[in-house]
Amino acid sequence: MLATAIHERQPAVARTFATNGCVPYRCRVTERHQENDDTFTVELEPAGARSHAAFAAGQFNMLYVFGLGEIPISISGDPAQPDRLVHTTRAVGTVTRAMATLRRGDMIGVRGPFGSSWPLDDLKGKDIVLVGGGIGLAPLRPALYQLVAQRGDYGRVVLLYGARTPEDMLFRAELERWRSRFDLEIFVTVDRATGDWHGNVGLVTALIPRAPFEPQNAVALICGPEVMMRYAVQALHKRGVGPQQTYLSLERNMKCGTAMCGHCQYGPHFVCRDGPVFRMDQVQRFFGKWEV
Amino acid sequence: MADYEQLDTPSVVLRADLQRLFDSLHARGYETIAPRVENGAIIYDEVTSVDALPAGWTDEQEGGFYRLEGRDDGALFGYTVGPQSWKRYLSPPIRRLWQARKNGDGFEIVHEDAPTPHYALIGVRACELHAIHHLDDVYLGGSTIDADYQQRREAAFIVAVNCGKAGNTCFCASLGTGPAVGPGYDLALTELVTEREHAFVVTVGSERGADVLADVPHRPAAPGEIDLAEAIVAEAARHMGRTLETTGLKELLYRSFEHPHWDEVAERCLTCGNCTMVCPTCFCFTVEDTTDLTGQSAERWRRADSCFTTAFTFITSGSQRASAKARYRQWLTHKLATWQDQFDSLGCVGCGRCITWCPVGIDLTAEVAALRAEEIGQPQPEAVLEMA
Amino acid sequence: MATKRKPRLAVWKFASCDGCQLSLLDCEHELLAVTGQVEIAYFLEASRAVMEGPYDVSLVEGSITTPGDAERIREIREASKFLVAIGACATAGGIQALRNFADVKEFAAAVYARPEVIDTLKRSSPIAEHVFVDFELRGCPISKHQLLEVVGAYLTGRKPNIPTHSVCMECKMRGTPCVMVAAGIACLGPVTQAGCGALCPAYGRGCYACFGPMETPNTTALAAWWRDELGVEPIDIKRALRTYNAGSESFRKESEAYEYADH
Repeated sequence: MLATAIHERQPAVARTFATNGCVPYRCRVTERHQENDDTFTVELEPAGARSHAAFAAGQFNMLYVFGLGEIPISISGDPAQPDRLVHTTRAVGTVTRAMATLRRGDMIGVRGPFGSSWPLDDLKGKDIVLVGGGIGLAPLRPALYQLVAQRGDYGRVVLLYGARTPEDMLFRAELERWRSRFDLEIFVTVDRATGDWHGNVGLVTALIPRAPFEPQNAVALICGPEVMMRYAVQALHKRGVGPQQTYLSLERNMKCGTAMCGHCQYGPHFVCRDGPVFRMDQVQRFFGKWEV
Repeated sequence: MADYEQLDTPSVVLRADLQRLFDSLHARGYETIAPRVENGAIIYDEVTSVDALPAGWTDEQEGGFYRLEGRDDGALFGYTVGPQSWKRYLSPPIRRLWQARKNGDGFEIVHEDAPTPHYALIGVRACELHAIHHLDDVYLGGSTIDADYQQRREAAFIVAVNCGKAGNTCFCASLGTGPAVGPGYDLALTELVTEREHAFVVTVGSERGADVLADVPHRPAAPGEIDLAEAIVAEAARHMGRTLETTGLKELLYRSFEHPHWDEVAERCLTCGNCTMVCPTCFCFTVEDTTDLTGQSAERWRRADSCFTTAFTFITSGSQRASAKARYRQWLTHKLATWQDQFDSLGCVGCGRCITWCPVGIDLTAEVAALRAEEIGQPQPEAVLEMA
Repeated sequence: MATKRKPRLAVWKFASCDGCQLSLLDCEHELLAVTGQVEIAYFLEASRAVMEGPYDVSLVEGSITTPGDAERIREIREASKFLVAIGACATAGGIQALRNFADVKEFAAAVYARPEVIDTLKRSSPIAEHVFVDFELRGCPISKHQLLEVVGAYLTGRKPNIPTHSVCMECKMRGTPCVMVAAGIACLGPVTQAGCGALCPAYGRGCYACFGPMETPNTTALAAWWRDELGVEPIDIKRALRTYNAGSESFRKESEAYEYADH
């Protein structure tokens, strides 16, 4: 394999993404709205003839703002509606701050979708426990859309979501709507109560011990700050949800999205290609260690 | 392609006729890149005449040390590898990927179709050929390929050279990557310098290699010449200055994540990135977006990058490998362990460049030996689940 | 489209040789592009025309060496939205920070006929020791390409592409064989920030660290190698570290480890 001659390889043109994998396609902003003080959602449609590629829940795109740079952002929309490409992110860096000021009709560049996804098709019949922290709800939302659309195929569907304050919570209207359904279990908590908040106060991991699911038959999907994910993994493990039943979405520096530039390596994994969604036993050797 | 080796008996080309090889390559539109001496080292650059090769030069190498010395036999390839590698030509360290221009209601991407350079790489050593195959794995082996690399790679004509000398920092024999050239070349040479003649035993590795050889005066090699060529390479294999024990290497490094030896290396490591820049398999790059002063046009550039920079792992919460220890550990672990899981091979070809060109002579073979010797062993895949 | 007011740019000088300002003048045809995008409101080296503040961008050259300087830099900061310290003087105190290692009164007495009229601070200090600095552009002198990059980045609102890694990265990309390894020449490249394009090694000289310490400089290991393997005398190690960026934290500390070499 090592000595496979280049000439023996398949003609690679068909596999080349967008000519050479590094050129974005242009999209127009069809909508942009604030989710909270610093988090916003943009919807994008392709400019010109091309259409968005289908994506799977948990995947991400590289978004380019003219001249400023390109960053990886997970897709927060419905996989059943690939025409509506939706991204939710926080304005924390140069590129995202510029994106926060985009208006309808503005143009940005898109490469993707990249990476692995929440393996929902393989989890039919299972209780699904989604654990999100802060902005971590964004990459979980496509999974929720899919679970809701195929609700009959799954056991219980439980969302545990933690935000800093009630005002920081993402997708509040949708959370309320889902909460009113009898076939979804939505639990939210905040680090700090404000206003007329009468709900849970505390870490999202504290919701795990009493969440309604059957541990032997449950699969957890986790996304949030790494520290939160560590504690979530432990709390789930205590309830009997083992590494092979636990998926998490990791964040690393991603530049190319195609497992070539090397930046996002996490042990043997290229997070951009093998992740961002990993099953816990794949990354267990490193997860929770410093400076991997 | 590799069949040619089996079918054809080796030929002999005399030193006096070697220029014809260069001429044939030129006539076929190749730019000939070959070793030559510059600033006290042997580098790879455009060389059009055999006379510009480093005839009569050899090198002395040690950790953080490289010197050219004369040799009196006039050999053209009587040295080992220098500070540069062929990745420079197959994947240039700095290149523009695309340009974009603002227009009325957005921007347009300007595609560039630069002509692909056709390089004949002359003097590719066994370890270097393996390194090129490793770059193939990275840039061409996945579901997305690097089209620029592919074009350069497919265009490249490879004249490999069997090593007649092993350097003090060489350890290809430990890894099975040399000193005898493996498949993947168009032509392979073994230099014979005897009292009777100065000649090259030539093996053909491809159809186009055969075409080129047809332009160069040659005769079938005599059995004695073939034996001598093999003996020279076998002798080089016996004189490797370094060794690297590969048994259980991956497991050793995976086990050693928290080994105290990394702290000790970090005291010496300059985090300057030289090892990654000279390494023929280090493939990492970064991209930079730039604009002109008017803000009307933008460009994306690709630059060689190194896991020794703090920016390499930068995300919102900061650099993920802030300490020198973590960066050295990442580099070494990638070369020798995680690469095996990624590409089913070692990421190291035993060329010794990282040892020679480390400004303070850090020696990966010694660091691995130290890890082995000091191993405290802490396999703990369950650790995270046992935290309080 | 409504015409936007051009950003106003000012260039200020403190204790320095003017070399960095000359880098700006040296931009020649790029300078025309700059003046197309910004209004040069204060740049005595280029024009006597002076516009009142506030300024959108202030480029500050030179170090703070007098009580008057310390006052003036605060006024400039107040009048500036975005302040960039340019050059080794402004970012590390410059060559004049050598005074930091000695008694400045002694110097004054040796040099001036009437030292009592000299009103100077004990130390030459970088701008960031006195006021908040938005960006530090290294170099002695700065690179005009990096200066244009910073101005261009400011104008488009992006982060400037100014790497903080070692000179070695640039040196290798340029294709220069390492002068330390191949010729035994003491070179500060491994502990110095890139930006010059690895100029000196390309001409067979060791790096003089014009761009100051790189992001994580291991000066101790480099100096030990110089001493033990290249045979560099301790006093020469100290001298190499005490040039334009002598006042930078890591070079200062390392040079102090070789303080004994005087005696």
